[in-house]
Amino acid sequence: MTTLISSLSRRRLLLGTAAGAAAISTFTPTRFAIGQTAKLKVGLMLPYSGTYASLGNNITDAFKLRLAEVGGKLGGREVEFVQLDDESAPPKAKDNAARLLTKDKVDVLVGTVHSGVAMGMAAVAREENTLMVCPNAGAGALTGKNCSPNVFRTSFTNWQPGYACGPMLIKDGKKTVVTMTWNYPAGTEQIDGFKQSFTAAGGTVIKEILLDFPKVEFQAYLTEIAALKPDAVFVFFSGDGAVKFIKDYAGAGLKAKIPLYGTGFLTDGVLQAVGNDAEGIKTALHYVPDLDNAVNKKFVAAFKAATKREADVFAVQGYDTCTLLSVGLDAVKGDAKAGRTLYSTMQNTIVDSPRGRFTISAAHNPIQDFYVRQVKGGKDVLLGLAVKALADPATGCNMG
Amino acid sequence: MYAISRSSLIVLILLGLGFGIYPLVGDSYYIRLLTKIMALGIFAMSLDLLIGFTGLISLGHAAFFGVSAYTVVWFVVKMEILNAFLIFPAALAVAGLCALVIGWLSIRTAGIYFIMITLAFAQMLHAFFKDQHYWGGTDGINFNDKPMLMVGDTVLFDLSNKINLYYLTFSLMVAAFIFLAVLLRSPFGRAIQGVKVNEGRMRAMGYNINHLKLMSFVIAGCLAGAAGFIEATRTSFVNPEYLSWHASGNVMVMVILGGMGSLYGSLLGALALTLLGDNISSLWDHWLLIMGGFVIAVVMFMPDGISGSIESLSRRFRKASPPREETGP
Amino acid sequence: MDISYYLIQTLNGIQYGFLLFLVASGLTLIFGIMGIINLAHGSFFMIGAYLCWWLTSLFDNLFLGILAGIPLAVFLGLFIERFGIVYLYKRDHLYQVLFTFGLILIFGEMRSILWGNEVQGVMIPEMLSGAIPLTDTQSYPVYRLFISLVCTALAAALYLVIQRTRLGMTIRAGASNREMVQALGIDIAKLFAIVFAMGAALAAFAGMVAAPVQSVFPTMGDEILIVSLVVVVIGGVGSIKGAFLGAMLIGLADTFGAVFLPHGAGVVIYTVMAIVLLWRPQGLFGRT
Repeated sequence: MTTLISSLSRRRLLLGTAAGAAAISTFTPTRFAIGQTAKLKVGLMLPYSGTYASLGNNITDAFKLRLAEVGGKLGGREVEFVQLDDESAPPKAKDNAARLLTKDKVDVLVGTVHSGVAMGMAAVAREENTLMVCPNAGAGALTGKNCSPNVFRTSFTNWQPGYACGPMLIKDGKKTVVTMTWNYPAGTEQIDGFKQSFTAAGGTVIKEILLDFPKVEFQAYLTEIAALKPDAVFVFFSGDGAVKFIKDYAGAGLKAKIPLYGTGFLTDGVLQAVGNDAEGIKTALHYVPDLDNAVNKKFVAAFKAATKREADVFAVQGYDTCTLLSVGLDAVKGDAKAGRTLYSTMQNTIVDSPRGRFTISAAHNPIQDFYVRQVKGGKDVLLGLAVKALADPATGCNMG
Repeated sequence: MYAISRSSLIVLILLGLGFGIYPLVGDSYYIRLLTKIMALGIFAMSLDLLIGFTGLISLGHAAFFGVSAYTVVWFVVKMEILNAFLIFPAALAVAGLCALVIGWLSIRTAGIYFIMITLAFAQMLHAFFKDQHYWGGTDGINFNDKPMLMVGDTVLFDLSNKINLYYLTFSLMVAAFIFLAVLLRSPFGRAIQGVKVNEGRMRAMGYNINHLKLMSFVIAGCLAGAAGFIEATRTSFVNPEYLSWHASGNVMVMVILGGMGSLYGSLLGALALTLLGDNISSLWDHWLLIMGGFVIAVVMFMPDGISGSIESLSRRFRKASPPREETGP
Repeated sequence: MDISYYLIQTLNGIQYGFLLFLVASGLTLIFGIMGIINLAHGSFFMIGAYLCWWLTSLFDNLFLGILAGIPLAVFLGLFIERFGIVYLYKRDHLYQVLFTFGLILIFGEMRSILWGNEVQGVMIPEMLSGAIPLTDTQSYPVYRLFISLVCTALAAALYLVIQRTRLGMTIRAGASNREMVQALGIDIAKLFAIVFAMGAALAAFAGMVAAPVQSVFPTMGDEILIVSLVVVVIGGVGSIKGAFLGAMLIGLADTFGAVFLPHGAGVVIYTVMAIVLLWRPQGLFGRT
């Protein structure tokens, strides 16, 4: 007990000086004796283990790639990273985020992949009034019901890619569909977005199958799909779950009989692992690696050179997160607590992204183009535009 | 029967003082953490009532913690009722009711069966909340507004203030401790401790064993519910993992680490385990390896836990005084 | 929905039941004979799956991977019994629960250090890949049939060992009356070591054959442990016959529950358990 108290008070002493510095009203980055500006602490709360580990790594590496491109500084301050593995575990989200914000005292919070974790992070970021940028998780509420001036997203809402897929199936003459996904917001919201545009155009969803995240035992459901004989199957799976699903779908002999569709996450980053079984799968997403624009070409090459891996949508989102932060923080000379000035600069930015230019909605979510893609020769190939400048309805958001 | 020795009284007073004055000097991260520790302390004390005093090894105790947390969410999110004077008793009632049903079914069994059945029922509730979209599925539910103590429209005590919540938790922890200490000295308390020591003898003396066990199980369930109320309020979040068997296992580790059958040991266990986790988790990615080794070491070398060590140490210091006479009921 | 649909779902349920049986049989024997509640039993399933993935990629052949994995699993079982479980024989169930809970954490972290936290896939070998067509859209994967066949053979072998050999006789006697076996002067230490290692190997083997169809992921041990506990409770502690029937019951209930009650699938198996317990608190084949 006594050791506890003494160690706590020692810690408190250290933190006390930091808090005192932050309290100065007109911002001047804390200067050390030698006259250097204090480092900007960026908290990266991302999955570095589990199903989404590869996504977390791509986001991190692309963020650092972009940071190097803009000179290694954000708003004129050197950057210090505090990385924390969120394990894609929602129960730990709030305590982990609180740890980064109140114990490690990060200036900016970046994360994450899993929607449930991102929602917990955003709640804590709001409580502590710290800027947060979400580089992937698509939970609608993040820029909808629970939207907040200090929370931005550079990826998508789950609704967006789902909604973009509806017209694609109708165009291919698919009228009846069985949907299948994990029973968590990323899954159900994408399926809901799909259903909205698909049924509005005259399609019917004859069965919705949900299974526990991240379970990948699909056999009983594939048996059911084979018995229902729909025109097509529409799914959301990603990462290793997507690999397993595509292989099992082909393994059950369904590939040649009932075409498989999905949001782009189904094929992104998994094609090498599934080989031939993915040929012909059609998806829609806000990025295709073979997009023909200068930013993308440069990015794809630089990412490959830096990591020896192929760029994917997650890397793009990590890259754009850094771009957005850089623009915002430069405008306020690195003062991450600048509040409204910082947030309005970020919202009014047109981000020149590898996915093409996009703007930020009043709810702080990208308004962006979606593309139709198809797997050909082991690669996702651009077929055309699915929906132009698609904006999330941001239901329930009272901002802006 | 349950008695508080002089050495444990000293620990208790230190513990009470430490928790009581910390917010006056502490920073926001540790206020948050200590609130969690105190909630877990209540949770662990409630399990100690079962394991340490009644002799019921429940591996599904998190179920009651969890249903209470989900009750809070139901009021706040689904009904938009924020009055804690309504939510708190309701959460306890739901937890108690679940304990009544599960207890009634489980108490018919003993030994390994009891352990596995309590575990299985907790998993059943876990699966229930996980499967239902209404309850937020595997992700659980985040909410913004926290319960408040209010009369009519007047807010007496807003629990979204960290310090307020801290002191409410502190009061609940003290109240739970006093309640249990008094309960254990009552005739009922003596009777359940008699069941733990010798069930056959208690039966021969005319006690209804199943009735006693069930009562104890329900009281423990309600107290776990109080802890669940605080955790849901503290995090404004609920998740099926609150009911998982890992949560049940963790709280059991706290009870044993602190020393079962001492009540205050459970508080020490919650404090020690949480602080240990908080500190080593940032040092090494594989800190659970240390945690696992630690749990095994406790089982092997310190089966009486921290409170047991304190007692035996203090006994060694006071060699002159004769050991306390253990009196059965 | 035609007959073939129900037939295939039944096959799916039975195949899952067989996997459960391999895990639950060891669990129930360890309970019954050694009086040990081993929560870390699911970890053997997980370790088996990771061993399979690791060795398969090493040898580039699933069968070689499994063959090499089995002795490793037996060795691990012997090791854990000798240097861990042996301290628990005279201890209260409470400490057994805690000790094995600690073991789960250690196994989990060792796995994380050795093999990482990523989900891994194991390729189904070429000769077992394909599917047997049944109707125009329905077909049944060959590999799953293979799992069921191997498990049937294993279950039959287990039955013969327990019914026909001297070791089996001792095991049966131990499960029904532990004290008597000890009184008869049988080498208890050896018997316990054999039973524990066999149980660990069976669970690990289940993980190995399941790896190609379930993928390999960190929490797979926890999941199968809980379901196996339900199987043991239903079947009755110490009863192999009970474990078999319980496993089939749960395998089918889970498969059909997932299909017919999509929003209540997780609760189905526990409901089955509650009903069985109301009827027979000691399980289907348990002693009173």
